[in-house]
Amino acid sequence: MSGMSRIVKTVTNITFPLVLIYGLYVIAHGHLTPGGGFQGGAVVASGLAMILVAYGSVWTMKKINEKHLSALESLGALGFIGLAFLGLIFGTWFFNNYLVGNEILFGEIGRGAANIYTAGVIPLMNFAVGLKVIAGLFAIVLVMAYATRLKEGK
Amino acid sequence: MNGELDLIAEMLKHSPALIVAIPLLGAFLTPLIGKINDKIRNAFAVFIVALTSFFVFLLANDILSNGSIHTYVFGGGPALTEGGFAVRILFEVDGMNAFMAIIASILALAGVIYSWAFMKENTGLDKYYTLILLMIAGMFGMILTGDMFNFFVFLEIASISACALIAFRTNQGKAVDAGFKYIVISAIGALLILFAIALLYSQYNALNMAVLAREIQLTFLDKIALALLIAGLAMKAGIVPMHMWLPDAYGRAPASVTILLVGATQASLYGALRMTSTLYGKNIIAVLKHVDFDLFGQSVVFDITLNGVLGFIILLLAILTIFIGVLMALKETNFKRMIAFAAIAEIGYMILAIGSAFLAVASIDTVTSSAILSQPGYMALKGGIFHILNDALDIGLLFLVAGAIYYATKETSLNKLGGLARNMKYTTIFFLIGLFAVAGMPPLNGFASKILIYESTYQVNPILSIIAILCSILLLAVFVKVFHSAFLGPKQEKFDNVKEAPKSMLIAMGIIACLIIFIGLFPEYVLNNIVTPAADALVNFGNYIHEVDSNYVISLIGGF
Amino acid sequence: MIYQIPYIAVVALILIGLYAIIFRRNLIKMVIGITLIESGVNLFLITLAFQKDSTAPIYHGSETGLTMSLPVPHALTLTSIVIGVAVTALMLTLVIHIYKHYQTLDARKIGMEGDEE
Repeated sequence: MSGMSRIVKTVTNITFPLVLIYGLYVIAHGHLTPGGGFQGGAVVASGLAMILVAYGSVWTMKKINEKHLSALESLGALGFIGLAFLGLIFGTWFFNNYLVGNEILFGEIGRGAANIYTAGVIPLMNFAVGLKVIAGLFAIVLVMAYATRLKEGK
Repeated sequence: MNGELDLIAEMLKHSPALIVAIPLLGAFLTPLIGKINDKIRNAFAVFIVALTSFFVFLLANDILSNGSIHTYVFGGGPALTEGGFAVRILFEVDGMNAFMAIIASILALAGVIYSWAFMKENTGLDKYYTLILLMIAGMFGMILTGDMFNFFVFLEIASISACALIAFRTNQGKAVDAGFKYIVISAIGALLILFAIALLYSQYNALNMAVLAREIQLTFLDKIALALLIAGLAMKAGIVPMHMWLPDAYGRAPASVTILLVGATQASLYGALRMTSTLYGKNIIAVLKHVDFDLFGQSVVFDITLNGVLGFIILLLAILTIFIGVLMALKETNFKRMIAFAAIAEIGYMILAIGSAFLAVASIDTVTSSAILSQPGYMALKGGIFHILNDALDIGLLFLVAGAIYYATKETSLNKLGGLARNMKYTTIFFLIGLFAVAGMPPLNGFASKILIYESTYQVNPILSIIAILCSILLLAVFVKVFHSAFLGPKQEKFDNVKEAPKSMLIAMGIIACLIIFIGLFPEYVLNNIVTPAADALVNFGNYIHEVDSNYVISLIGGF
Repeated sequence: MIYQIPYIAVVALILIGLYAIIFRRNLIKMVIGITLIESGVNLFLITLAFQKDSTAPIYHGSETGLTMSLPVPHALTLTSIVIGVAVTALMLTLVIHIYKHYQTLDARKIGMEGDEE
């Protein structure tokens, strides 16, 4: 499908970074405020869908390499299950939260109850799940957009 | 020497989690490995399933020989917190879970080995192997879990992967239509189960199966929850009147997917058994209504109990299922759809035995906290559970043979096949073994479980047993007709170049056929060592609760 | 009485969804029906979390002395929404394939060809 008018494209250019930052904020603060991996990933994916609608599917598919999208998705999934298996090796139980109370990775970032290291493995798992959800939902939206070309092609 | 024993003990301790985690890890690695080479990816999938089967047999060996129960709390820590709340997800594996896990791993191994050669000409095989490994992970998660919401999540994982696999051949419109029907009915069933779980949570603030089994007191909402749970799980297991998706889904999916679908259907049936026997086990003989009236001068006094109502409804559905399965199989001309209707009939046999077992519950033992069945009822329970194993193997072998014939001739209609026995010798032998096993002929495994079912249902009501024997004979007639029209007969010209099935498909069929013959020749061994611990574990709900809550006292079941 | 309104809404949503699945022939309307049933069940799960005069179950920056609504049903509802998204996406993709094959969305006209072969 072709894109929309110049006004829509300009507004999309301005608002897409805001949507991106908001989505990443929801992912990163998932252990303190409502949110987390899936919710933030859905926000970013809807921002990407906004780009798809504004610029048209022909332009977007020229810019996106589907193999890279699939690789990102696998990376996110492997990060999640890899952290779970590391819980088996370091913490002697599967899915154990072995980073709670240790200062291995993060040290003192944030004050009081917002310390990252009080949540342990949870922020890392949020990032992995967020990456997978962004790639997965965007792939679904691309498939639906591809289907609209069938009607026009006939 | 000590180091080796420690390693095996460590693996045994972590095996419930590893059985679900290793297929998940394999499913996420497969797209990356598939970019390197095709053969490496196929070998990787077979390796993952073989590793999972190793862990399953390790765990099952320990459980079935000792009679112990393994629990695994995800994330460490005790099962119950200080206030008595079960906040962590835990897997609880007893004899019945180990039995179902053995069945699932045999089916998974046969399916993955079979698909090496069967799916070679299709594209998009990266996604195929990923979905197969996800479906295997979902099946094992459904079987091993001890938490209600976790059961729902794994049920949805298995059904979404199964739907995508049924519709795998997207160039055929019929396959996509079958997938759509499957996902609609499956989604409705799963949402009914979620509604029932929410009802139970709202009353007792617990999602853990053992804690719920301790607390359920059969209020009005609990009865609604039981009805919704059985309805939802019966939709997924293909019991009449919710069987409409089964012939289409089994018939139009690739053959290696069908054998895994059989596993998923049996897992839903296991779920229904677990919910009624263990969750509501304490109240299984609860009196629902006391009937007392005068009929022509004689007083009629009896109690309507929960197990009576359950047993009666299940027996009714079982007779319907057997009838409809056999009668619709008689008039079918599509090979795989006919085997699918036979599969529906076999599920009817399983439920027949379990319904009789429910009717035969006499009392609840207060010392060991288990249900006491009369002797025919106990035999019926063992026959039903044994039949789950035999039916999975028999119907699986028949579907693999149907797939081999489709691979060789690209024909699915029985009217167009004929004279294949000369070219495909091994496949003919495997089909004969499957035919005799499904019909219940000695010395194969179908005979052992069916004779238990016939004998035990005769004690409940002789008519049930007669109907079961007649329908079994009808099934034999149906399959002999198939054998004659597909394999015997004059050789047709268009089948001159038909070759024997490739080696990997023959290996998969051979594994199952050897198991069928082994179980048929030594049924006593299998019955005493594998089936009886499973039946004991199902009846004994006190042990199940005691593993999680060590302070469980049975005398709380006082008055209803 | 005002606390019973969400439960009435749950029953209404589920019944309307069931009506749409059973009595409508358009495939997209069946998909909408399943989405309605799932919204009803999610609403039921969230309504169970409410306690009288409670606030959101967020620890950081909360005042003391207020009861919090139960957090477990919130997690259950989130999981259920994610599963619902996956099922809806799968169903819509299948509808696209069916339309490409049969050029119609009528549930009575598809899947009927060549069933005897």
